[in-house]
Amino acid sequence: MTDLVLPRYRTDETANVPLLYPDYKSTRSRSPGKPLVLLPHQLTEVTGPLFGEDRVRPGDSDLTGAPGGEAIGQRIIVHGRVLDSDGRAVPDALLEVWQANAGGRYLHANGEWPTPLDPNFTGLGRAVTDSLGRYRFVTIKPGAYPWGNHHNAWRPAHIHFSLFGRAFTQRLVTQMYFPDDPLFAYDPIWNSIPDERARQRLVSRFDLAATEPNWALAFEFDIVLRGSDATPFEAEVDDE
Amino acid sequence: MRPSRQQTPSQTVGPYLHIALPWADGAYAVPAGTPGAIWLRGRLTDGNGDPVPDGLVETWQADPDGRFDHPDDPRGAVPAANGFRGFGRCPTGPDGEYAILTLKPGAVSGQAPHVDISVFARGLLDRVVTRLYFADEAEANAADPVLRNLPTDADRATLVAERTEDGYRLDIRLQGDHETVFFAL
Ligand SMILES: [Fe+3]
Repeated sequence: MTDLVLPRYRTDETANVPLLYPDYKSTRSRSPGKPLVLLPHQLTEVTGPLFGEDRVRPGDSDLTGAPGGEAIGQRIIVHGRVLDSDGRAVPDALLEVWQANAGGRYLHANGEWPTPLDPNFTGLGRAVTDSLGRYRFVTIKPGAYPWGNHHNAWRPAHIHFSLFGRAFTQRLVTQMYFPDDPLFAYDPIWNSIPDERARQRLVSRFDLAATEPNWALAFEFDIVLRGSDATPFEAEVDDE
Repeated sequence: MRPSRQQTPSQTVGPYLHIALPWADGAYAVPAGTPGAIWLRGRLTDGNGDPVPDGLVETWQADPDGRFDHPDDPRGAVPAANGFRGFGRCPTGPDGEYAILTLKPGAVSGQAPHVDISVFARGLLDRVVTRLYFADEAEANAADPVLRNLPTDADRATLVAERTEDGYRLDIRLQGDHETVFFAL
């Protein structure tokens, strides 16, 4: 149907997640019942919206400051790189993050449970990767929160990440976790990822070198999108 | 030599996406008032037929000439004209409804005019991907390789949006009767 030469975005089976995971109850009525149909990558799939600084305002990557005062909680730096599975940096990638406050509450009408809201914390941030694929947020370590999935269900502390890469195939929404969370074993969203090593890719690394003395702890979280052999990117980095 | 890296797995967008992902101009893939603009509307429902009020629908598509403002289009990137963004994003309302204002895409290199759609929601561990085609493009749809590859006419029908007063309408059914065809990318 076309003889255009297009990049091929590869899949990584280890990163697969099932759409139906009955322990996570909401998947029961929302996951498709029929098998997915393979969609060969054509122009619409290998292109995608390219967002830049125009989607981000100064200060969007610092979640700790509000006009009225500072957010309460453990101040942390969350930083890392957006790469593709070929190891190439993904520059100009838009990241949107959202999270609960230090007490585990979202600024959302449905997020109510008996823990306080923080008037100085909205829990929403945006950033764009630089030419080496790097991003950096300053925020508050989120608290765990209860949810109604099953008796005494608690989500491990996490930050939601939404990313646009360079192509429709690279779109990703995921969650970042913190090392050694005792709630992992009991969380069906975490356990929905079949491959144990793939789960570990969602755990940030405590990064002493990036901490700021007398100011903030730091965690490093690299995010790897689907790669393609053919796509030339504007910048490349070597892994250290 | 770059070492290859293994992909980061998807996780659900969860129930609180509304604090971060909706944009004031999200539903406008073209600015309001653009001549020829159409509304793509529809309802997102679950396996019980109930509306999904906490979902997010995103669209990506070619311009009316079938071109993309993107360097990986081997025919050359076409800078966006008249504020056309090609991308729309709309959270579903309490009734499960979404609406995107856009321009009808042109045929793309042997494919009928179409819009790629991603759906995110609590209970979806990964986005689900589908396509929207246009009912008034019967001839092009009959020749479209993606539609032709589907097993039945009923499957094809789940992807074809009907003409309405201000655009087109396509309901997205995640599960059950008349379940939408979803794609593996
Ligand atoms: Fe959450």
